[in-house]
Amino acid sequence: MNEILEKKQLNPTVKMMVINAPLMAKKAKPGQFVIVRVDEKGERIPLTIADYDRNKGTITIIFQEVGMSTKKLGTLNVGDRLHDFVGPLGKPVEFSKDTKRVLAIGGGVGVAPLYPKVKMLNEMKVPVDSIIGGRSAEYVILEDEMKKVSENLYITTDDGTKGRKGFVTDVLKELIEKDNKYDEVIAIGPLIMMKMVCNITKEYNIPTMVSMNPIMIDGTGMCGGCRVTVGGETKFACVDGPAFDGLKVDFDEAMRRQNMYKDMERKVLENYEHECKLGGILNG
Amino acid sequence: MSLKKVPMPEQEPDQRNKNFKEVALGYEENMAVEEAERCIQCKNQPCVEGCPVHVKIPEFIKLIANRDFEGAYQKIKETNNLPAICGRVCPQESQCESVCTRGKKGEPVAIGRLERFTADWHMKNNEDKIEKPETNGRKVAVIGSGPAGLSCAGDLAKMGYDTTIFEAFHTPGGVLMYGIPEFRLPKEIVQKEIDSLKKLGVKIETNMVIGKILTIDDLFDMGYEAVFIGTGAGLPKFMNIPGENLNGVYSANEFLTRINLMKAYDFPNSPTPVKVGKKVAVVGGGNVAMDAARSAKRMGAEEVYIVYRRSEEEMPARLEEIHHAKEEGIIFKLLTNPVRIIGDESGSVKGIECVNMVLGDVDESGRRRPVEEKGSEHVIDVDTVIIAIGQSPNPLITSTTEGLEKQRWGGIIVNEETLETSRRGVFAGGDAVTGAATVILAMGAGKKAAASIHKYLSEK
Repeated sequence: MNEILEKKQLNPTVKMMVINAPLMAKKAKPGQFVIVRVDEKGERIPLTIADYDRNKGTITIIFQEVGMSTKKLGTLNVGDRLHDFVGPLGKPVEFSKDTKRVLAIGGGVGVAPLYPKVKMLNEMKVPVDSIIGGRSAEYVILEDEMKKVSENLYITTDDGTKGRKGFVTDVLKELIEKDNKYDEVIAIGPLIMMKMVCNITKEYNIPTMVSMNPIMIDGTGMCGGCRVTVGGETKFACVDGPAFDGLKVDFDEAMRRQNMYKDMERKVLENYEHECKLGGILNG
Repeated sequence: MSLKKVPMPEQEPDQRNKNFKEVALGYEENMAVEEAERCIQCKNQPCVEGCPVHVKIPEFIKLIANRDFEGAYQKIKETNNLPAICGRVCPQESQCESVCTRGKKGEPVAIGRLERFTADWHMKNNEDKIEKPETNGRKVAVIGSGPAGLSCAGDLAKMGYDTTIFEAFHTPGGVLMYGIPEFRLPKEIVQKEIDSLKKLGVKIETNMVIGKILTIDDLFDMGYEAVFIGTGAGLPKFMNIPGENLNGVYSANEFLTRINLMKAYDFPNSPTPVKVGKKVAVVGGGNVAMDAARSAKRMGAEEVYIVYRRSEEEMPARLEEIHHAKEEGIIFKLLTNPVRIIGDESGSVKGIECVNMVLGDVDESGRRRPVEEKGSEHVIDVDTVIIAIGQSPNPLITSTTEGLEKQRWGGIIVNEETLETSRRGVFAGGDAVTGAATVILAMGAGKKAAASIHKYLSEK
């Protein structure tokens, strides 16, 4: 259990792992997440389920190496086991039978949680147009996978090294202005991207689903640390989400809360990198 | 004979409020014998009735007086699986000691301290000789590894059931591990109790969020013949006042979990951080509030306030914890109710606006209702706010189990005699049924459920 069966580097900071977790694979649904601990003393890291295979009994996770814990996770290899692997947590996403056409927007590593939803819509025979973006060409992930499940796939990069130069919101605006045929938008990516998308879809009154990734401890509703204000009400992302009605989410508050531990996280990372370097010297 | 209890040695307040080591150091042998001799061995034994698990109190105390410490331990163990824990965290003053005959004049016998002494003496001097009972091959599932689950599983294992505990966290122990701080209940003691359960043959599966990875129906399909739900009350309540989502506002659950379970006091060696500012307000008056306040102080806060809307008399916390908190320099703002949390331009807490309260008529809780005093708004300068106003049962299981009836506030409905729920073969007890209460009540419920499960399965 919890053994890493496959590992792939998707771009300089994003890795994919396929984990042996047969019980979890039986229950996992699009929109849900897992909590991982790398070692005995490790943090509890929430990660979205990017894919699952009920027959093989596997769960796929995709993560960006930002802090010490995700960097440590990235050092594990095929054959290693995750110390802890909990899930599936959170509410699965649901789509109405009346959904006719969806526009899916993913930014950076946000394409990972977006993919299972688009895949599900594809299985429901709902046509989806997708826009995926990244800082530059190498930061665009899951292009082939997304292409397979999307009717049209648009790519943007900030520096123009792949697809169109610009932001996902540029394409979003164009698509809506040209021929507004979407009855739902799904947007997953950095908070600022989701906020910008919602600012546009709000104008056109298109229901927009976003996925929140706040600071979290237990993932079962116990700590309340993942509070998100939605339509003026406090929700817990771990049990009420992580998907919410983006037009009602208080993104400014969410961005503020996400930064709460920035300075402390940086310190842990610096220590870790220092130790790694020392270890490297000592071990030759 | 002394009207007072033999005092228990403690770390000095000014020293202990800077470390997480245990506050009370426990009796030495002679102190325990001296205190045991204060028990008059009265015939009617009200203390036994006052104990939710009916520990044979006068009998074990008599054994201590005769210096048969191991005998005393075995006597307690006849009815209580976790004496080292109960001796430390039970609210004795409202249970066994409240009805002690000796207490009619002077202080009651220090039953809690004696229980703790006995358990600690045993741990130090004797190895547990646990014989694994012969299994009857019938599988029972216990959900949650807090006090209710542990005591239920222990009793079931002793009766020969093939018992598995499912725990959502990576470490078993429930509130004993994530909630109650080290200085009040060393984790080593909880670990020992869990180890002895394992020796009894109880299996513990961690990282299993029942209701998500497996439902109760799945458990029956897997061959479990009965299920006990002891999932506690882990859903934090908030006040729904403005500013509650500012940076620097914690639920007590989050604050204590970061510190106890994720060892944030050892940051950055332990990677999970916690932010404790210079001035901290803890809202609430129960044990959890005291634990949060005293932890904040130990984490280096200069000023820590307990903000409570009633008077000290109505505080639900144990007397000893209130007393310890005061000794450690926690400032009590009584008859004070928060109405708003104030943030600075970056969205971090900079104060808490409160109003003064006066006590009015007695309300449905039997306590005098606090009423707002008009025009008494004032701001306490703080940079951290911890909300400790209670928890509700976690809805994960009730929301994924069909036919499991619950109260409007979330508690699982049970037959009070048998603890059976509306689902056949499913039993529940502890905070998941009653809402947040005490360790010993949860343990009592776990024992009761084990007996009911045995009866149910014997008749099945």
